[in-house]
Amino acid sequence: MNHLPNLLRVGLLLAAGWLAALVAGCAAPASPQPPKGRGDKCVEPLNVIRPAHMHFLNHHRDETMHEGIRTKKYSLKNCLACHASKDDAGNWVPVNAPGQFCESCHSYAAVSMDCFECHAAKPEK
Amino acid sequence: MSDHSEQPNEPRRRFLGIAASVAVAPGLMLFSMAGAKPDAQAVSSKNRWGMLVDTTKCADGCQACVEACHEENGISSRGRPRTDPQWIRAVTLRDRETGRETHLPLMCQHCEHPPCVDVCPTGASFRRADGIVLVDRHICIGCRYCMMACPYKARSFVHENLHDQVPHNPRGKGCVESCTFCVHRVDEGNLTPACVEACEKDGHKALVFGDLKDPNSELHKLLTEIGARHLRQDLGLNTGVRYHGV
Amino acid sequence: MKPIRYLEIEGKSRGYWGLVGLLGLLVLAGLGGAYYMEHNGHWVTGMNNQIVWGIPHVFALFLLVAASGALNVASIGSVFGRVMYKPLAPLSGLLAIALLIGGMTVLVLDLGRPDRLIVAMTYYNFKSIFAWNILLYVGFIAVVAVYLWMLMDEPMTAYSKPIGFFAFFWRLVLTTGTGSVLGFLVARQAYDTAILAPMFIVMSFAYGLAFFLLVLMASYKWSERPLGDVTVSRLKNLLGVFVGAVLYFVLVYHLTNLYMAKDWGVEAFVLLNGGVYTAMFWLVQIIIGGVVPLILIYYPTQSESWTTVAVACILVVVGGLAQMYVTLIGGEAYPIQIFPDQDVVSSTFFDGQVGTYAPSLPEVLLGVSGIAIALIMVALAVKVLRFLPASLADEVVDPHHKQASAASA
Repeated sequence: MNHLPNLLRVGLLLAAGWLAALVAGCAAPASPQPPKGRGDKCVEPLNVIRPAHMHFLNHHRDETMHEGIRTKKYSLKNCLACHASKDDAGNWVPVNAPGQFCESCHSYAAVSMDCFECHAAKPEK
Repeated sequence: MSDHSEQPNEPRRRFLGIAASVAVAPGLMLFSMAGAKPDAQAVSSKNRWGMLVDTTKCADGCQACVEACHEENGISSRGRPRTDPQWIRAVTLRDRETGRETHLPLMCQHCEHPPCVDVCPTGASFRRADGIVLVDRHICIGCRYCMMACPYKARSFVHENLHDQVPHNPRGKGCVESCTFCVHRVDEGNLTPACVEACEKDGHKALVFGDLKDPNSELHKLLTEIGARHLRQDLGLNTGVRYHGV
Repeated sequence: MKPIRYLEIEGKSRGYWGLVGLLGLLVLAGLGGAYYMEHNGHWVTGMNNQIVWGIPHVFALFLLVAASGALNVASIGSVFGRVMYKPLAPLSGLLAIALLIGGMTVLVLDLGRPDRLIVAMTYYNFKSIFAWNILLYVGFIAVVAVYLWMLMDEPMTAYSKPIGFFAFFWRLVLTTGTGSVLGFLVARQAYDTAILAPMFIVMSFAYGLAFFLLVLMASYKWSERPLGDVTVSRLKNLLGVFVGAVLYFVLVYHLTNLYMAKDWGVEAFVLLNGGVYTAMFWLVQIIIGGVVPLILIYYPTQSESWTTVAVACILVVVGGLAQMYVTLIGGEAYPIQIFPDQDVVSSTFFDGQVGTYAPSLPEVLLGVSGIAIALIMVALAVKVLRFLPASLADEVVDPHHKQASAASA
């Protein structure tokens, strides 16, 4: 180390410090705990619906918008019918509220979703 | 991907038919069995949805259609009239020479050759095969070019964050929207948009909705009987909404 | 003519870094304004459901039009073979790209959903002139970048002429597309006209050259390099021709509209009783942006002064912004005539009423930042690469000039 110029030494030290902090800070966060949905099973098996739900939703939305096909299986409203929760007072809680179904996994995976900027996050009464 | 195995739900259609005819004034069967379609079936150009506005029956000062539309589609005012969306508005006109007043509602005209569809850079503004002009808000980038292009100023831009959307009408900040002919109702077989329903309930019956291509529809018969014109007819847009008395 | 030597500017003075700093601040202010608009929604701006495109679009359209015009100087060299313009070509190409990027930035940041830019780049409705414009604008950057490479890289200069032709053709299509954004609209009386496309092309000649001349004079004065009168006066006289041509197109546009009873309404609005729009049209667009620059440019002896030329260029730019304002916002403010033979007594959606619009601060900051983005790009680029000739003195640019004037003396 002694033969390296001062600036380089300082730079290397800073880099090492930063890396250490990064590694130390990376404690594994707790797994998401989404609330359990109603019904016995989802419209697709878990190993299919988890990676591919956006694929189904995107395809379905184009069919609904452009062709008027309103089948229920892959519609967003249908997801909410099972996966939206009620609070103690019996009111629906939006699925994108903290700790709710969609939000808990999406914030864990750091994947932003803007569906509910437009779509109702609660089922109709 | 889509389940084309679903059969047309006969009991549901019949129930809806009975319910609609009971709810509406007796004798007026606006609900047409021919219009109902199964969920899995795509719409086609064998229908063309249209509307007749009989301005002679439109009442002065009545806002029933406007209120009903906004209630049905979850549109609420923010107290900022210049930026609040309006899918339908009541207009009062006065003839310059005679002073004669005309009242009518004005909404998206669902043109056959919509300028808004031509100008949309992403194709978000589109015309469905059955004639309903819609905005696909998944691909709308909020450029507002369609609003510049619409000859009827039918489109509104959502100027603020929205929270309490109704599930059958997703809408949000930064996208453009306009009258959908209550497409969520039409697709389920209920051929009575909210404005038409409200106008009937109030006893005016100035609005009639139906299939322009069906010679047996009440709309078609009325158009033949009393006649109607398109607004800004010289533009050659062949609108779906026709007006009588203006 | 001796080969021109190009040199980067030194760019170490306090004045230089002060300029870059100021431009940087303006850019940041614009970005802040855009964030504020996007985060809260457009209700915080002056735009509404009646005036749909506001100040950001005025600046964006102006910059996009000026961008294609700024390339003109290079085109005169490559396409029309005028030797005197060739040393100016690299700066011309640079300014064209910079103005275009400035304009596009403002346009994109004013979208209701700027996060959907990727959608705009992947979903195309080819019936829309707006969609074509997106391709034309991005393509313009690429074509001019290649053109600059041909101009500035020694082994490639032989190819600069064909690329120059291609770039010239491209920018004509681009400006036609920009004018047609309004020209293709049947809805409003002020727009539905084919003359807007060629009018925008002529406007681009004027605004682009005004910008170029300002940037040229400023960069040579501030980097203390010689810039001869031959160059300045040739460009100044050319600017005069373009300003006159713009006035001609405006005249034809309004004369034609005045001939048709159906357009009397909008003509009366712009020319007579439109309040701020009428004032902007006559006072700023025509007089300040047209008549006064013409006088300054052609007035004998006085017009030789660089200050006069610079003032004329600034007035052309100001007049151009006013022209965009009147054309775009004035055209939107005049109510759509859905029932031409009737008066609208009442409507909750402001049918029949003149639209009200008052620019808000975030919008103005965003619009101005477009100019700042363009200028900061130019300022940094001329320090890094050799866009500017070391000297544009008369002897360098046109060795025969002294002989010709000596012979005629």
